[in-house]
Amino acid sequence: MNLTLHVWRQKDGKSKGQFVKYEAPDISEDMSFLEMLDVVNERLILRREDPIAFDHDCREGICGTCGVVVNGRAHGPRERTTCCQLHMRSFRDGDHVWIEPWRAKAFPVVKDLIVDRGAFDRIIAAGGFISAPTGSAVDANAMPISKENADLAMDAAACIGCGACVAACPNASAMLFTAAKIAQLSLLPQGEPERWIRVKRMVRQMDAEAFGNCTNHGECEAVCPKAVSVDNIARLNRDYIRSSLIAERRVEAAAG
Amino acid sequence: MRIYPASHYTMGGLWVDYNLESTIAGLFVAGEANFSDHGANRLGASALMQGLADGYFVIPYTLGNYLAGTKFEPVTEDHPEARAAKADVENRIKRLLSLNGKRTVMDFHRELGKLMWEYCGMGRTREGLQTALEKIPALRAEFWEDAIVPGVNEELNQSLEYAGRVADFLEIGELMCLDALEREESCGAHFRQEYQTEDGEALRDDVNFSHVAAWEYTGEGTRPNRHIEPLEFEYVALATRSYK
Ligand code: SF4
Ligand code: FES
Repeated sequence: MNLTLHVWRQKDGKSKGQFVKYEAPDISEDMSFLEMLDVVNERLILRREDPIAFDHDCREGICGTCGVVVNGRAHGPRERTTCCQLHMRSFRDGDHVWIEPWRAKAFPVVKDLIVDRGAFDRIIAAGGFISAPTGSAVDANAMPISKENADLAMDAAACIGCGACVAACPNASAMLFTAAKIAQLSLLPQGEPERWIRVKRMVRQMDAEAFGNCTNHGECEAVCPKAVSVDNIARLNRDYIRSSLIAERRVEAAAG
Repeated sequence: MRIYPASHYTMGGLWVDYNLESTIAGLFVAGEANFSDHGANRLGASALMQGLADGYFVIPYTLGNYLAGTKFEPVTEDHPEARAAKADVENRIKRLLSLNGKRTVMDFHRELGKLMWEYCGMGRTREGLQTALEKIPALRAEFWEDAIVPGVNEELNQSLEYAGRVADFLEIGELMCLDALEREESCGAHFRQEYQTEDGEALRDDVNFSHVAAWEYTGEGTRPNRHIEPLEFEYVALATRSYK
């Protein structure tokens, strides 16, 4: 099939970017979206033009590295699908395809379609961990966990940190990501010791990173490739309110 | 869904001791880069688990112990070794960026991949490996003449990064073929077609190949040295695994 691409080209974070039009003839519908970009880049290189910079790693929907906005939708037209797993058969011959990077103040553009998602790392570093002692594995039945909670924690843990939720949110809020990273721990007994200080610290970091506030649009859940539920945001809010009722000092002391 | 066979993992890795320290003092190797947990087969997520296990249970203790117990001389950027290493990297980058030939790096990567798949896959033969050992150096020479590496060093340059990797693959690919050629038996997940039993099962040669081997790099374009360390079995006798 033949496509016309409009790709956001931007030299670096300081330069101004713009859409550049590229014809992409002879694209196989069996290619993934990223393979299509590879082909386009091969042709650009042979024409001595600068290839399009885009992030990718696993190309199997598990690392969260890829991610661009395709025709206005984060990760493109298919539900629950990262753009590395999106196939060109989701497009039609003659389509115009607009490709741009995540747009959020907290995710500065590095080059073309690549953004710096270091803000996510800093949110995790602020509290996305547990202090369970390592050493030999504990007996499997020592800590009973209800099936429902185990499932919900697992669903939250499916978040791959791609940032599509931020890109889709009209406020560029990172609530779905942060909520998923909190819920996967707070739903389980292992996450209990730091539960209150974790939510405080992670939310504080999220705010410091210039993400917007959540006003319940739900766009995040709609584009999330892992279908992380906005219910987690409700869990975050509940924990956050509760944590502010517990004296700060006690919370800090509990966290050591 | 399309299902097709693919080579899964190459075995091997850097030699480490019980603390995950390599033979270079202070150089610890964690996760899949070390040899320690590689078996005859590796299933999905083993790499992740090895990374987690090493990262959680071993490295925090052994690396911390090393750091606490070792006295370090301060090193500055004008240390002769640091300067030499920096110059090496800069030269290599310059050399890569000066390539302005006719073939893309991906094109070379594909050709190398096909050679490896064809001649150094799960089943391999002496003849095939010898063919690969002629073709890979030729391909590498062509790469260093005819590849195109666009862009500059001062900006994010994914093409340069990729070219550096493929240049490495062209070396390691040749070494893998050399190693496979040297091992005249069928062992582990790899099958030398000349060495099989009457009913087509892998045939090991415990008399000549009951050892681990490591290759020593001797510089660009020269044949590496093969070092071996015999395997000694004190409590279990070597046997052949049979599913029959
Ligand atoms: S919540 Fe979903 S969209 Fe947001 S970072 Fe995680 S996986 Fe990506
Ligand atoms: S490249 Fe890893 S999720 Fe797309």
